[in-house]
Amino acid sequence: MLDEYVSRKYRDDWRPPVDANLIKNKVAIVGIGQTKFTRDSQRDELEMAVESIKAAVDDAGLKMEDIDGMEMFTIDRLAMPMVISTLGMKNIRFTSEVSFGGGAACAVTMHAAAAVATGATNYVVCFRSLNEASGQRYGRGDSYADYMLKAVTPHYGYHWPFGFVTPLAWAGVWGKRWMHEFGITREQIGWWPVVLRENAQNNPNAIYHGRPITHQDYMESPMIVDPLKLHDCCVDTDGACAYIVTTVERARDLQQTPAVILAAAQSCPMEQEIQTIYSRPVISGLVETWYAGQELYRIAEVGPDDIDVAQLYDPYSIGGIIQLEELGFCERGESGRFIEGGDNIRVGGKIPVNTSGGLLSEAYIHGFNLVIEGVRQIRGTSTNQVDNVELSMVTAGPGVPSSGIILRKD
Amino acid sequence: MVEYVKGIPIMRPYIDQDNQAYWDAVKQHKLVLQHCHACDLYLHPPRPMCPSCNAQDTLEWKPSSGKGQIYSFVNFTTDRMAYPAFKLPYAVVLVELEEGVRLTGNTHQIHPDDIYVGMPVEIMFEDMDDDMTLYRFKKRDG
Repeated sequence: MLDEYVSRKYRDDWRPPVDANLIKNKVAIVGIGQTKFTRDSQRDELEMAVESIKAAVDDAGLKMEDIDGMEMFTIDRLAMPMVISTLGMKNIRFTSEVSFGGGAACAVTMHAAAAVATGATNYVVCFRSLNEASGQRYGRGDSYADYMLKAVTPHYGYHWPFGFVTPLAWAGVWGKRWMHEFGITREQIGWWPVVLRENAQNNPNAIYHGRPITHQDYMESPMIVDPLKLHDCCVDTDGACAYIVTTVERARDLQQTPAVILAAAQSCPMEQEIQTIYSRPVISGLVETWYAGQELYRIAEVGPDDIDVAQLYDPYSIGGIIQLEELGFCERGESGRFIEGGDNIRVGGKIPVNTSGGLLSEAYIHGFNLVIEGVRQIRGTSTNQVDNVELSMVTAGPGVPSSGIILRKD
Repeated sequence: MVEYVKGIPIMRPYIDQDNQAYWDAVKQHKLVLQHCHACDLYLHPPRPMCPSCNAQDTLEWKPSSGKGQIYSFVNFTTDRMAYPAFKLPYAVVLVELEEGVRLTGNTHQIHPDDIYVGMPVEIMFEDMDDDMTLYRFKKRDG
């Protein structure tokens, strides 16, 4: 089981030939939009969704009737027809929803890209809207009492009766094993949240803009679920993000610099549950991130050294840090040492990460804000812009069926 | 050690056709694991087909020794992320059984601070209610 992962040898003989890939270099992200990110929006998710979509349509220089496809998460609480009717989109001919929560963050991009690449549709808008801070918080243990008392996903029935709830705790189990196997220290882990918080200080849209932390603040912050502290956790957010996908050919006639999709990939390796990935031979790594990364590099025909900037989905610090290993930015088990002091992951470092502040310090819009930041890095409009970006990587949630994209300049 | 808060129901196992035998055995204070005799492969969670040989008539339930080692664990230390039916602090351990299968559960008479990766443990059972039996793990001599 998972022989490729265990042996670290990704086979390419049984995979679709790269030259048959219809997405590679033929599709682009052309418009981005978002609402304000807050801790209490006082607005419903429909209102935020349509605001972010309108902003993306305007950003691209399109008209609402140009949009003929729509893509969202299955776990979004909105009914898609209501979104379409509110925006007055008269020409929708393609709709799709992708499952697996944050693991779908780049899968929606891939599905939208596949739809435009095959000619099924011209312009697909992808969006995510959530009141995670003020609304129903699935990240909180007590919320389970209200709406998750009966296991709705069979594998949770082996965990919930033991008070084993929340993504943070499920990840804590593989995080603790990773720390144990490789001698990772709390001091090392702390550099990830500290660097992301630094990035948020230049981003006026970040929730934690104006609220810097030091490494000492991290060390002194309260333990939430051992081994994870307060500053290891993402920031529950109210807000929405949207972006528009079309062919490169059409993109060149629009007003923005296109962020061309060099590669898009999904992964769902064996024994993939939702965070409780404990039946795998190895639980100290992020198997789904490795598979998605290998497929991205195979399609893009590039390696980790070619990536200029990366937005790595970090619902908790360790979920981002271990991705550095799985994507080849450092050796396996070396990510603790790699991020010590923070320079390797700062702008100007070996691989600048989560330049908007990431899910820890900008906002938790289920990875959609990471896709938007990945596009800004290609456009040259990030508030923490990396010089001369050619390739910009974005990944999706770890511990769940996952996905990723590599964007490039046209 | 795990203690409960009275008046708040504990979430129940999700019992379906595929794992009925597993939870029926727990009810009788026994642990059984699904096994494919053609592949000599243990499967957890239980499922209606062996993912290795794709056979459906090679699956059997084998008794487990219930002995293993703590493979990893978490401690719930604040009420923000804990389930309110449990008194804080409480631990959840991931135990690797001698058969190689890993189960999660609470601990019995082990303080959360004393838990370490590699600690030898064995399973024990507790009737929570007339119609619900759970298991937990206690220390054993290594």
